[in-house]
Amino acid sequence: MSSPRPSTFLANAVRSGARSALDVLDEHLAVIAAGDDQVNAFNLVTTEQARHQAIAVDRTVTAGEDPGPLAGVPVALKDNLCTRGVPTTCSSRILEGWCPPYDATVVARLRRAGAVMVGKTNMDEFAMGSSTETSAFGPTRNPHDTSRVPGGSSGGSAAAVAAGFAPLALGSDTGGSIRQPAALCGVVGMKPTYGTVSRYGLVAFASSLDQVGPLATTVADAALLFDVIGGHDPCDSTSLNRPAPRVVSVLDDGVAGLTIGVLSEFLDGADPDVVARTRQAAEACAAAGARVEEVSVPEVALGLSAYYLIAPGEASSNLARYDGVRYGLRVDAEDNVAMNTATRSAGFGAEVKRRIMLGTYVLSAGYMDAYYNQALRVRTKIIEGFAAAYQRCEVLLGPTAPTPAFPLGAKTGDPLTMYLSDVCTIPSNLAGHPAISVPYGAGEDGLPVGVQVLGPALSEGTILKVAAVVEATAPPLARPVLDGGGRP
Amino acid sequence: MAGPERLTREEVAHVADLARLQLTDEELELFTGQLAEVLDHAADVASLDLADVVPTAHAMAVTNVLRADEVRPGVDRDEVLGQAPSVEDHRFRVPRILGESP
Repeated sequence: MSSPRPSTFLANAVRSGARSALDVLDEHLAVIAAGDDQVNAFNLVTTEQARHQAIAVDRTVTAGEDPGPLAGVPVALKDNLCTRGVPTTCSSRILEGWCPPYDATVVARLRRAGAVMVGKTNMDEFAMGSSTETSAFGPTRNPHDTSRVPGGSSGGSAAAVAAGFAPLALGSDTGGSIRQPAALCGVVGMKPTYGTVSRYGLVAFASSLDQVGPLATTVADAALLFDVIGGHDPCDSTSLNRPAPRVVSVLDDGVAGLTIGVLSEFLDGADPDVVARTRQAAEACAAAGARVEEVSVPEVALGLSAYYLIAPGEASSNLARYDGVRYGLRVDAEDNVAMNTATRSAGFGAEVKRRIMLGTYVLSAGYMDAYYNQALRVRTKIIEGFAAAYQRCEVLLGPTAPTPAFPLGAKTGDPLTMYLSDVCTIPSNLAGHPAISVPYGAGEDGLPVGVQVLGPALSEGTILKVAAVVEATAPPLARPVLDGGGRP
Repeated sequence: MAGPERLTREEVAHVADLARLQLTDEELELFTGQLAEVLDHAADVASLDLADVVPTAHAMAVTNVLRADEVRPGVDRDEVLGQAPSVEDHRFRVPRILGESP
């Protein structure tokens, strides 16, 4: 069984001259124009820049040169990835209108691979949220049901892929922000091992947890995008000095002989539909030749609490740079401190303020030991818990999110309930491990359900080949239909 | 280890001040309740006995990352200053920072 490769198909058509990159782009721009007023996946559609890129790709083909593995493939970028001369807002008023003076490394690598960047996608403000509702520019809506959230924080990227606006997108995942929206929108999303993809030019939220990763319609496309963006980058001092990944080549290896652990803690408290789909995926892996057993990692139950101490702590430090001095919003006041305060109070939304205050509190004298340092010790326990599980099995399987997409507004009044959306995704970030969400049909209400494959550090090849089997056995999921929207 | 006392409105006001945020009375009231709820949830972590466990700040830590000490171009100065809210003589201009009269 082989995972479909729509982006490779598209790129090969462009490379062979069978289709022009400009034609591919125009087709996608038409789908965006017809549907994004209902979805609001994009903060900005970069029509002009995209046309220039597509024309350059076509010239390369005409000149007889190879434009790269993503030749002419439209890619949507989460709006926390720096794009030189193109506004990068993090969906925050404090960065509205800011044009970065450089490209993120992942953006430069996409260009080199011949991709065409179609726009910047909506997100929770500074990636803080699980529903894309904390965006200063209004929420993104789930293409499968526009009364529901797309998940978050990379909700715009997930919705863009689900709606057919772009076959590929980049997101960032600090506590589940690629995988959870991928699950809720019925697409594939992977958080790679910490350090395998450069963070240079990714606007920082929680630096020890943030990781850029791919969203795509299929596992093979996600693998291809990971291969393009991954690999060592001297501009990121946390980048692992290893050769660039080549996971596409192992995708079709199957699961025969692998031991897969169904992570029991992730099933606790999940919706019955979600539990049923997860078990069905596990059975499909068993039928494909894997040994499947239930595995418990009790430490992951502490992940949520630890994360909401560590991530806000790091965020409170990272977001200190928004002071109205060098870029972005400034609200004038009589002296510098008053200017800093007025700028930040006007520029940040409520969720960002909550996290900055929570982080400042848990790092303050008198509380740092009880909260922040304690959370760092829990992080060690979680890593040890995973290590014990990976003595018994190669990968773990569980739900990506405890529920399918919830209605807009359902959780905005209660931050703690919103945070619980990340309960199955956070442990991988704390451990630095890779994990991938694969669509596995729908629940009874017709909403997409995602199944997650987790592995130890640098096991992308293994989790992807398991994901390919999960994908091949998944029940069908109806493609979303927007009013007046065709799709390529 | 017992968890700390419940978060108070005064503490939230103090933290907001440290973080250079000015809150309205309504925000202060709302955030105090919401942040206290998150910290209550974190009591399971705060109350664990983990004295012997080494903390992890970075899951994939790498150390002593240095580059060759050679001159190379940085980002363009004018492009950077072009994004600043206020500039004077190729520098970032800010309101007064000391107590002198303007």
